[in-house]
Amino acid sequence: MGSIRFENVDKVFGGHGNGVKVLDTINLEIADKEFLAIVGPSGCGKTTCLRMVAGFEAPSGGIVSVNGRAVVAPGPDRAVVFQQFALFPWKTVRENIDLGLRNKKLPADERQRRIAASLDLMNLQSHADAFPHQLSGGMQQRVAIARAYVLDPEVLLMDEPFGSLDAQTRVVMQEELVRLARVNPRTVLFITHSVEEAVYLADRVAIMTRRPGRIKEILDIKSLRETENWDRFQRIEEVMDLESFVHLRTHIWKSLREEKAEAQ
Amino acid sequence: MDRRLALSEIVLLGALGFSAFIGIWTLLSVTGIVPRQFLPTPLDLVTRFIELLSQPFAGSTLPQHLASSLQRYAYGFLLAAVIGVPLGLMMGWFRLLDVVVTPLFDGLRFIAPIAWVPFAALWFGTGIGGPVMIIFAGAFPPCLINAYRGARFVEPRLLEAGQMLGTNNVRMIMEVLLPASIPSIVAGLRVAAGLGWQSLVGAELIVAAAGVGFMMVQAQANVATATVMAGMAAIGAVGLVIDVLLRQGEAIIRRRRGLNA
Repeated sequence: MGSIRFENVDKVFGGHGNGVKVLDTINLEIADKEFLAIVGPSGCGKTTCLRMVAGFEAPSGGIVSVNGRAVVAPGPDRAVVFQQFALFPWKTVRENIDLGLRNKKLPADERQRRIAASLDLMNLQSHADAFPHQLSGGMQQRVAIARAYVLDPEVLLMDEPFGSLDAQTRVVMQEELVRLARVNPRTVLFITHSVEEAVYLADRVAIMTRRPGRIKEILDIKSLRETENWDRFQRIEEVMDLESFVHLRTHIWKSLREEKAEAQ
Repeated sequence: MDRRLALSEIVLLGALGFSAFIGIWTLLSVTGIVPRQFLPTPLDLVTRFIELLSQPFAGSTLPQHLASSLQRYAYGFLLAAVIGVPLGLMMGWFRLLDVVVTPLFDGLRFIAPIAWVPFAALWFGTGIGGPVMIIFAGAFPPCLINAYRGARFVEPRLLEAGQMLGTNNVRMIMEVLLPASIPSIVAGLRVAAGLGWQSLVGAELIVAAAGVGFMMVQAQANVATATVMAGMAAIGAVGLVIDVLLRQGEAIIRRRRGLNA
C-alpha cells in the first residue's frame, strides 16, 4: 500500500512578508502502485513537491500525506533517489545498500539475501565491493536505485534521477526502470524536465505552471499505453516513433512552451 | 614573478636562504659584534647539542627531558582530541548543544593557553597535571572547531540520504558526519598538534620540574645560552617531525578517499 496525497498545499520560501511563493494550492493524488511524473519549467517547484513527500520540507499550508498519514519527517517508507546520487563515498556499494537494512534491524542473513537480490536486480553483482568514485555515473545511479528498492518502500521518490547522466546511459536507465516498474510495481513520484522521459515512464503526467507552481493539467498515459500495447517494444526509440507518443509529447511541449512564453 | 621554478632551483634557493641565515649568525657571533655569551656560534650550538645527548643538565639528558615533555604532550593532545572531536561533531548535529556550548566556547577560546598557567599549577600541580592542562587549552579549540565545521559542511544531500534511510543519531554521527569530516578533523589535529607543542614548551618554562622547557629555564638562570639554544633546536625539530608525520597521515587518508592530496 502506498498512496500520496497533496491537499491544498502551498509553499513559501523565506517569510516575514517578503517570502517567495513557489507552490500554489497543489491538489494531487497518486494511487497505490501508480507511476506519476511531474514536468514543469525550471523553478516551478516540482522538486519541492517531492521534497515535501520525503519529509525534507514542510508545506506552508495544506497537507501532504502518504497512506492517509501526514508526512512529518523523512523515513525509509519513502525512499528517495537523488539527481546527484548522494551515495556515501566512504562506503562500498554493498555497505551503501546495507545501511537502510541495518537501520531496520534486520537479521544478517535476511540482509545478505536482500542485498544480493537488489544487486542482481540492478546488474551490480561484480561491483559489490567497489567504492562509488570507482563507478561511472550510470552505475552510481544504479546503486542509488538499489539502495532505495532494497528497503521495499511504500513509495519511491525520484528527483530527476537521470538528469546528470549522458544521453546513452540515460536511455539504458529509462528502459531499465520500465522493466523494474513492470516486474516490481511501486508507487512512484518522478520529477523530470524531460518530456519524453515522462511520457515513456509514467502512468500519468502532471504538468505544472511556472512559479508559483500550480498543477496545470494531468494526462493519462497508462490507458493509451495499454490499448496500444507499448510494452511490446523493447526499445525506447520504437515507442517514441509511435504516433500516439508523438502526439502526447507535442501536446506537453506546447503546454510547457506557453509557460515559458508567458514568463518572458 | 610568473616564471615557473624547476625543483632543483627551488631546493637551491631554499638552501641559499638557510645558508645566508647561518652565515649572518656566524658573522655576528664569531666577530664578537654580539657578545658570544649572548649569541653562541652555530658550532657552539652543535657541540652543546651533542653533549646534552649524553650529559645530564638540570637532572636529565636532553633525550630524557624530551621524553618527559613528549609524554605530557601526548596526554594533553590525546585528551583534547578525545573530547574535542566528538563534542565538535555532536555540536554539528544537535542544534541545541550547539546553541548552548558555542557562546561559552567562544568566550573561553581567546584566552591564550599560557594564561591558564597560574590555575593549572594551582589545580593540577607542576608534575604532569599542570602542563597537560596547558597543552589541552592549546590543542582543544582547533580539535573542536574543525570537527564542528566538518560536521556542519557535510553535503546536505548526504544528510538527507541518511535520514531517508532511517539512520538514528548515533549512527548518523559515526557513519556519516565522522567520515565526511575526516579531512577537516585531520587538518584540525595538525593545527592542534602545533599549538599544543608550543603551549607545552611555554608551560614548562613556568610550571614543570622536568622537560625541555624546564631545562631551558634552568640554563637561562646559569646564563648557559648554548644550552638554551639546544633546547630551542630540539623543540623546533620535534615540532617539525610531528607536523610531517601528521601531514603524511592526512595525505594517506585523502588518497584512500579518492580525493587528490
